[in-house]
Amino acid sequence: MSVTPEDIEKVALLARLSISESELPEVTERFSKVLDLVDELNTINTDGVVPMSNPHDMTQRLRADTVTSHNAREALMASAPAQDSGYFLVPKVID
Amino acid sequence: MNWEIVMGLEVHLQLATQSKIFSGSATQFGAEPNCQADPVDLGMPGMLPVLNEEAVRHAVTFGLGIGAKIGERSVFDRKNYFYPDLPKGYQVSQFFAPIVCEGVFDVPMPDGSLLPIRITRAHLEEDAGKSVHDIFPRETGIDLNRAGTPLLEIVTEPDFRTAEQAVAYLKALHSLVTYLGISDGNMAEGSMRCDINISLRERGTDALGTRTEIKNVNSFRFVERAIHVECERQADILDGGGRITQETRLYDAEQNVTRSMRSKEVANDYRYFPEPDLLPIEIDADYIEAVRATLPELPGAKRDRFVSDYGLSEYDATLLVPNHSMASFFEAVVDHCHAAKPAANWILGDLSGALNRADIAIEHSPLSAQQLAGLISRIEDGTLSSKLAKQVFDAMWEGLGDADEIIESRGLKQVSDAGALETMVAEVITANPDQVAQYVAADEAKRKKLSGFFVGQIMKASQGQANPQLLNQLLLEKLDAQS
Repeated sequence: MSVTPEDIEKVALLARLSISESELPEVTERFSKVLDLVDELNTINTDGVVPMSNPHDMTQRLRADTVTSHNAREALMASAPAQDSGYFLVPKVID
Repeated sequence: MNWEIVMGLEVHLQLATQSKIFSGSATQFGAEPNCQADPVDLGMPGMLPVLNEEAVRHAVTFGLGIGAKIGERSVFDRKNYFYPDLPKGYQVSQFFAPIVCEGVFDVPMPDGSLLPIRITRAHLEEDAGKSVHDIFPRETGIDLNRAGTPLLEIVTEPDFRTAEQAVAYLKALHSLVTYLGISDGNMAEGSMRCDINISLRERGTDALGTRTEIKNVNSFRFVERAIHVECERQADILDGGGRITQETRLYDAEQNVTRSMRSKEVANDYRYFPEPDLLPIEIDADYIEAVRATLPELPGAKRDRFVSDYGLSEYDATLLVPNHSMASFFEAVVDHCHAAKPAANWILGDLSGALNRADIAIEHSPLSAQQLAGLISRIEDGTLSSKLAKQVFDAMWEGLGDADEIIESRGLKQVSDAGALETMVAEVITANPDQVAQYVAADEAKRKKLSGFFVGQIMKASQGQANPQLLNQLLLEKLDAQS
């Protein structure tokens, strides 16, 4: 077992997933199995292999710096659950 | 305990582009909320980012400007965290392979020396939106106009030991990026924001202490003050036998304190991984050379040239150069009047004073470089005394015309005609026999003081137009002839 239930709780919090007390043992076990597989992959010698950041053997195409999107606030905010004076509203966030 | 401050700085620089880094939305400051946010910026499902070529060019320009190594192959990563003004739940940034690698930036210090600061890296990323807490009583408002604005994050090694060094670095960086034209550097509008990593250690030791990070300080003055109060806070804790908690803090300028940002307390664990929606950026030698060919003269080179070509002092050059517009204004004035030292004096003195009082930037000066040159030419050829010149300057500032027009219309020409001045001197001497007698009886030291009376009388009679050097000479000749 490579991870503890506490690790799972932390990762779940970071990902905003809720995992109930009863699910925790099973999730911990499955998560551990995935990491065990990764451990196995880690035994392969990859010296001199450039890390693959993308499966496509291509480089990024660039776009010209021109404004192509224009104000569509009304349409884009139509599906927002709460809005006022042009702002999206969310529950109060206090720093 | 004798503590040494150790600091590293992270600057978020907004790059001067028309459109956002990954979308075609405008980046203009001050638009109505959410009018410059498109489906890509809003993180709508299925939307894909396309990289802005100008952002890449600006980043490479910066790298070449500080002589840093350019990443031949740089990669975007996702920095994962949840906050309402980050719609996708991740910020696209560069973690493992930045576009600008290590370099050294020589910072001119106020005493004229250069302080080499090691740049760790500079990477491209997108800005988040803005959370507004003070408009709505029960909710937070979200404005996504800023989301997706291109940023260059410039990170230094922990090379700063004083607040003065940190401020000097930021000023030099501000000057550099405005010279390069890659950012407007407007701190009030958030185009340049600074995070300060700060820790203390016992002087003479090498190990780094636990640090705190002060986020988003947005003026040179606040950077200096934030450093002072945070150092005091850390020293108090350490002197009392306590320990520093590694955390993110905010500087509160009104109370002049730093405060812990509780929301960031839950693990700074961003789980970076390569952004699958963007391919690696490859930058080849041809591209680098093409960008290098567009680099303008940079502040250091300009400062040297102002000293060697115009004969300015280091001090004047150091004041003129950081503001690109001021340096250009100076060169334009000298172009017209060929008097560099007076040009520097007028720009740094009366013109800067008037601009500051009116809160106008020099590029919008109501007085043109040509007009100021016209005034300086009339001082150089003896038409105006420095006192009259100030009157003419004030009138030009008010928009009453060029120097020659004002001199003409107000009859301000300095009287440099020896004959006319001799007559005035003779009249004053005849009219004040008592003072002449005092002068004659006085010793050398007292005479100097007494002659001021006569100068004052003649200036009054000539309405300030007598050439002071010539007047002094003639007056002393006449007075000394009395004895």
